[in-house]
Amino acid sequence: MATVSFKDATRVYPGADHPSVDKLNLEIGDGEFMVLVGPSGCGKSTSLRMLAGLEEINQGAIWIGERDVTDLPPKDRDIAMVFQNYALYPHMTVGDNMGFALKMAGVPKTERQQRVQEAAHLLGLEDFLNRKPKALSGGQRQRVAMGRAIVRSPQVFLMDEPLSNLDAKLRVSTRTQIAALQTRLGVTTVYVTHDQVEAMTMGDRVAVMKDGILQQCDTPLTLYDAPRNLFVAGFIGSPAMNLIEGNVQEDGVHLGDYTVPVPRDTLAKAPDEKNLVLGIRPENFRLSDNPESREGIPIDIGVVEELGADAFVYGTLSGIAEDELITAQQIVARIHGTAPPHRGESVRLLVDETHVHVFSKESGDRLSPATHNA
Amino acid sequence: MPRFLAAQANTQLITLPWGTPLADWPEENLVALPRGISRHVVRFVRVGNEVYAFKEVMERLALHEYELLRDLTRLDTPSVEAVGVVTARVDQDGEPLDPILITRHLQFSLPYRSLFNRGVRQDTVNRLVDAMVVLLARLHLIGFLWGDVSLSNTLFRRDAGAFAAYLVDAETSELHDQLTPGQREHDLTIARTNLYGEFSDLEAGGLLDEALDPLVLVETIESRYRELWDELTGAEEFNTGEMHRIESRVRRLNALGFDVAELDITTDFAGSTIRIQPKVVDAGHHQRRLIRLTGMDTEENQARRLLNDLDYYRARTDQQGADEAIVAHEWLTDQFEPIVQSVPLELRSKLEPAELYHEVLEHRWFLSEAAGSEISMEDAAQSYMNTVLQGLPDEAIVSGMESMGPLANPFDPSQGFADEEDEKPYDPWEDEVSASRREVEEPAAAYLDITALRAKAKK
Repeated sequence: MATVSFKDATRVYPGADHPSVDKLNLEIGDGEFMVLVGPSGCGKSTSLRMLAGLEEINQGAIWIGERDVTDLPPKDRDIAMVFQNYALYPHMTVGDNMGFALKMAGVPKTERQQRVQEAAHLLGLEDFLNRKPKALSGGQRQRVAMGRAIVRSPQVFLMDEPLSNLDAKLRVSTRTQIAALQTRLGVTTVYVTHDQVEAMTMGDRVAVMKDGILQQCDTPLTLYDAPRNLFVAGFIGSPAMNLIEGNVQEDGVHLGDYTVPVPRDTLAKAPDEKNLVLGIRPENFRLSDNPESREGIPIDIGVVEELGADAFVYGTLSGIAEDELITAQQIVARIHGTAPPHRGESVRLLVDETHVHVFSKESGDRLSPATHNA
Repeated sequence: MPRFLAAQANTQLITLPWGTPLADWPEENLVALPRGISRHVVRFVRVGNEVYAFKEVMERLALHEYELLRDLTRLDTPSVEAVGVVTARVDQDGEPLDPILITRHLQFSLPYRSLFNRGVRQDTVNRLVDAMVVLLARLHLIGFLWGDVSLSNTLFRRDAGAFAAYLVDAETSELHDQLTPGQREHDLTIARTNLYGEFSDLEAGGLLDEALDPLVLVETIESRYRELWDELTGAEEFNTGEMHRIESRVRRLNALGFDVAELDITTDFAGSTIRIQPKVVDAGHHQRRLIRLTGMDTEENQARRLLNDLDYYRARTDQQGADEAIVAHEWLTDQFEPIVQSVPLELRSKLEPAELYHEVLEHRWFLSEAAGSEISMEDAAQSYMNTVLQGLPDEAIVSGMESMGPLANPFDPSQGFADEEDEKPYDPWEDEVSASRREVEEPAAAYLDITALRAKAKK
């Protein structure tokens, strides 16, 4: 087991005008489950492949434990790419399917059997060890593939979108299984996905990337509660955080006919900006009991989607001219309660000051302090 | 209604039972051809006079593979030909089915499982290994990262006593401008693991000759690949007195079947040392020459063999000074075509024409040796047909997976042999999964459950 460090690690493809991964600095703790997430082309897979030795590092270094592996070939890095091949061999037993690479590497038979036995125990496959794989279900085949990586007992597991080839049902169950297994094994794991829900439910920490640059690396809850910039704010959470631009006033930011209170010291961080962006998560809205008052953000409701005890309410700021409605920004609120409002109604949405994330419009950086959630 | 994405569609494809999962297709549509193992459902389907390979796979992967296979065809690299992708399939209940990627069955091709089944000799194995190595190097030269190098993903065609390898599966592949050493190493590591697994699987199924050792086989593949790669791309330094080494490097590459399109030649400051490094090499040296001269498209070694015969013909008819193309045309009409056409129609699906001609040449050599005098090609051809060709299996389409042992499913070797292991052992995880599936509603996958996340963090 080992730590992994990216130190200013940079990858520039020949002929490209900007780096695919730009001075990545990331410290991954021993036994940590680190997820790299971001939209396609953000550099997450390239980063993983730099660690695996599949992509050259043009600048900077990568360390695994106490070793600088920057110039080592892949096979000398003591890592395992999980799920890279999961063809099962029909004439070999499940046990041999898990342990054949050890045989190739010259590991003695008794040790091989012991490692396979341990892995099978962890994976709930003990009763299958002497069976042929033909009758295995999709999930069991996945586990045999995991077993192949586990028996090698590498320092680091690497997983590149391992669930992307599975159907939706298998994806959710395999997700849970991988996370549980990683906790039990305690092997440092770097996991790449484009799916933020997957990232947030699996990772001890999540590194959000965009355009080759690390945006933020934190625990899932910190990413959620204190996104460092507009990109992270919009990327993490589903449905996404509402990001609404408003005019700066003395005591807050103007939205429709309502001024959302923002502390002066937050406003003081961007003294020259006339407009700021407010970020409010859908579940932090409450419905005002009194729509006639001027308390709360005025919304005209377009769509209501009921979901169990909650409802998602989609609308636009009241008072928008007819011809601007099509391009007007959607605001989403998650409303708790048995009697959600109806389509076409005008309502007011309340929000606590502590749940308002304030961002600079110019730099995209967060201005407000971290919110506190109970 | 299913949607067809195809370059040139065979209209008979449209009436196939697209609303049925591929694994349940009626046998009347299927052909039991030997093939490698696969993690997806794959079937050979007969449509009119043609045979296609169908693979049921997620849309993203199907389209990715379709594009890559077309790229490989465009780059003139041996691979199966992608015919199309069928998307928007639904079953009778309106539930969506995965798309199907369609590739054309490669005529006269042999999957490794059928080659190893025939009491394979060490010599044959070496040739298979060489074919595989050449394919891998060719792919790497054009910047193609295979990602899942394996025998199952390769098809072989006979090539004048040797083999030519074709890529079958590009699902996990990527096309780059150029591969890094790390990427090539990655492909080699995967090749080692997969090939070792496949050889061990053949061994476990009693299909591998006892004299063959999986470990020795994979090590041979790796070392041969490295030798070939060095020859194809490595730099060589020598002093100005040894200029002939430029010429001999080119000849060595030609002998391996590669042409040098660009050679990087640099001299040091003093001009006493010369460094050469091939920059662009293209496979198919003999192949291209034969096409240019005769229009015949063959494998590389077949081309080499036919060109040798052409050169011999030229000498024999005393036409060394004549135009090469004219002599080639004469050779084609006087030599090659009469031999091929003397084969009765019913024997023509045994071997393809170039391979047949090569075999007759070989046969003539043996006859001439035995007789102590030169036997004519006509006599050699007659003798070959009577003594050898009749007894060969049909290779236009190698049929009958029954030769591979009693398979659990004649259309899918991935399921192994038929045996009696029917009741399933206890799996604690599947228990949990079915329990949790009952509890978890679908939206859990789509929305981020922040409450659950906060609860987990508190623990």
